[in-house]
Amino acid sequence: MSSNAVPSLGRREFTRWFWRQLTSMRTALFLLLLLAIAAVPGSLVPQRGVDARAVEAYFLDHPKSAPTLDKLGFFSVYTSPWFSAVYLLLMISLIGCIVPRSFVYLRALRARPPKAPRNFSRLPASASFETSASVDEVVAAGRRTLGRARVDVVEGEPGTAEVSAERGFLREAGNLVFHISVVVVLVGVAVGTLFGYRGSAIVTEGQGFSNSLTQYDEFGSGSLFKADQLPPFSLKLDTFTAKFQPLGSQQAGAPRLFRAQGTYTAKPGAGERTFDITVNHPLEINGTSVFLVGQGYAPVLKVTDANGEVVFNEPVPFLPNDPSYTSTGVVKVPDAEPEQLGFQGFFLPTAASGANGASISVYPAAANPLLGLFVWHGDLGLDGGTPQSVYILDKSKMKQYMNGDKGYRVSLQPGQSQKLPNGGTIEFTGLKQFARFQISSSPGVQVPLIGIIAGLLGLVTSLTIKPRRTWIRARRDGSRTVVDVAVLDRVPRDDLPADLDDFLERFREALGETEEKAR
Amino acid sequence: MTAAQYEQFSNYAVASATGILALAFVAYVAQWGFARKIAPDRELVTAGGAGEAPTAEDTASERSDVAGGIGFSLTGLAWLVLLAGVIARGLSAERVPWGNMYEFGCAATLMALTAYIVLVRMWAIDWVGPIITGFGTVVLGLSALVFVPPGPLVPALHSYWLVIHVLGAMISGSAFLVGAAASVLYLVKARAERTTPEEDRVGFLWRIPPSAKIDQVAYRVHAFAFPIWTFAALIAGPIWAQYAWGRYWGWDPKEVWAFITWVVYAGYLHARATAGWKGKAAAIIALIGFATFVFNFVGINLFVSGMHSYAK
Repeated sequence: MSSNAVPSLGRREFTRWFWRQLTSMRTALFLLLLLAIAAVPGSLVPQRGVDARAVEAYFLDHPKSAPTLDKLGFFSVYTSPWFSAVYLLLMISLIGCIVPRSFVYLRALRARPPKAPRNFSRLPASASFETSASVDEVVAAGRRTLGRARVDVVEGEPGTAEVSAERGFLREAGNLVFHISVVVVLVGVAVGTLFGYRGSAIVTEGQGFSNSLTQYDEFGSGSLFKADQLPPFSLKLDTFTAKFQPLGSQQAGAPRLFRAQGTYTAKPGAGERTFDITVNHPLEINGTSVFLVGQGYAPVLKVTDANGEVVFNEPVPFLPNDPSYTSTGVVKVPDAEPEQLGFQGFFLPTAASGANGASISVYPAAANPLLGLFVWHGDLGLDGGTPQSVYILDKSKMKQYMNGDKGYRVSLQPGQSQKLPNGGTIEFTGLKQFARFQISSSPGVQVPLIGIIAGLLGLVTSLTIKPRRTWIRARRDGSRTVVDVAVLDRVPRDDLPADLDDFLERFREALGETEEKAR
Repeated sequence: MTAAQYEQFSNYAVASATGILALAFVAYVAQWGFARKIAPDRELVTAGGAGEAPTAEDTASERSDVAGGIGFSLTGLAWLVLLAGVIARGLSAERVPWGNMYEFGCAATLMALTAYIVLVRMWAIDWVGPIITGFGTVVLGLSALVFVPPGPLVPALHSYWLVIHVLGAMISGSAFLVGAAASVLYLVKARAERTTPEEDRVGFLWRIPPSAKIDQVAYRVHAFAFPIWTFAALIAGPIWAQYAWGRYWGWDPKEVWAFITWVVYAGYLHARATAGWKGKAAAIIALIGFATFVFNFVGINLFVSGMHSYAK
């Protein structure tokens, strides 16, 4: 094997030395274990690609360490330079291993079994016996017993013959298939990531979604994806059903069913069709999948301004923060006169008084809905031209309505309304639910799937097939024939002697005798 | 029986199985303990020397054998009782009984005992008995700490992939456990073979197969488990994730550790074929692999939140 000391050589020799090191089994093994270690931090620190909000929370909780960790790429481990370096080196090492081994294998496929060694007793398992059958009969019986192996017969001096047999070529084939498939899987994953996209959108009951960038709340795509490749479908959510384990029963509040029903059109002008999306059962539209990944409540709010005009009347999604659907949200009323209005607060589907007097939600279904809002007035900052999140209220140019030294508070149940400090009212007219859909497409998703299945088959083949060489030497000695048999496994196993005994038994049966014992 | 009766029966059965398995562990420990002064070939000598007066060693040897027999019988009984408990749990919840951490602990222990019993019949590996029964007792005992009453599943688990994916994880996990147990004994035995002079070779360690044979058992079990783990973690898991969450691989903590386990065991298979890594180093890698598997089940379930958080 290659030596570990760095020799003082020219660039070419160094390159060759480096290549040999990189493609050696030892290095591959080291890189493999390094990859396992490199993957660890990504499971302990939140990842941007998985949960961006958790990363922000981590920054707030660990203001000292977070920026350093960020510089080291700990919040996006699996796209970080060091993680990529390990797996790219592993890929190169893998390919550097596969290619020469494939050539060796192709040559071996055409090669004949190696000649019998002179001294059988040096091999891991050998035996001999005598028979009355002729040398030719022994050779014929040996071939029959060897079965589907590659067999060569060498006739030596008169009255002697040697049979060389080799089988188990598929082991190395399986091995190669497995390693090639690892490369195929990684390439398939890379292609799917480069050309794919994934986004999420919140759709409230009664509202629609059409597949264009502006309609997404979050959107991410591979670098080779073009926005005009978004398939032009649209959908409308009619009803959303959420069922929870009933109050009073065990595991009360645990989710039991989420179901979104409505209609969609695959492209403009196409016929309208109904959909029924549940978790685990996405909607497929021309290579794009629509998944149900979340849900929540959208109170319908009607705001009348000081002039008595209805300036707002629509459902507002409140994003759930916990399993009881304690939700937070923002209402922006830009059309209110004389000043724009902004509301920020919480929605509780089943409100109850908490330990410190604060209201909390105790159950995820809407059994006792309560909306609590604080009110701001002034400039919402919508005209600045910079896009704003609908879930964040920009209070930099707004003033809060106060009630003494506390904020003025709107507290509503469905059907109730409350006067606002500047005149005008806010009314909680009804409650709707929203669905959060994830819409994604990863082209060629079958490639990694087929790759890994092929890899598994290759793996099983390489782990179960025994590559074995068998030699039989027959020598006529007077009226008897002395038969020597030896076997050698390319992969050492402990069951070789037992296998040899079994082989001898079948061999002697093929010769038509069973009585004589092997020496 | 009603759901509540099934639940009660299941709870009693799991508790009883834990106790029986603990007794099996004690019996197996006694099997090793009684034989601590016996030379390995003692049995053969007495078998030939009929008519001789039984010596203290013969008595100890006999006791050791009896304890081992009791250990195996109790393991079989624990298996039977646990099987009943797991089935009753499924009947009570009206679904497969591995939908949360408690149920997975029980079902996976059942699977591990199954693997052990089958392999004792096939390859006479009862020498890993103390490790398997001890580990099984601990898992069952700790499962009681995360007990939840049976109930329906969260919507993400409404899929037949729950059967396939988790069953695969349990089968491979059971084999990984047997492999880890064999690897521990391999390390102990290989070390003893190097350091213990011939005349000091007494005790049960010298009644179990030589280290090369133990290594072979460990390899075979791992070679069986690795493809199944590949299927469960890297095929069935991603397919299901694609349906349930809209992506086949998302570096969820559980996915990360499933991947780490896979990589470490792949390292084990390579190490066995690499000069300088064969034997001790490979066995240690196998143990690290099992540690990552256990951490994925315990640490990730309890301390890290992710999409696989079904512990409670």
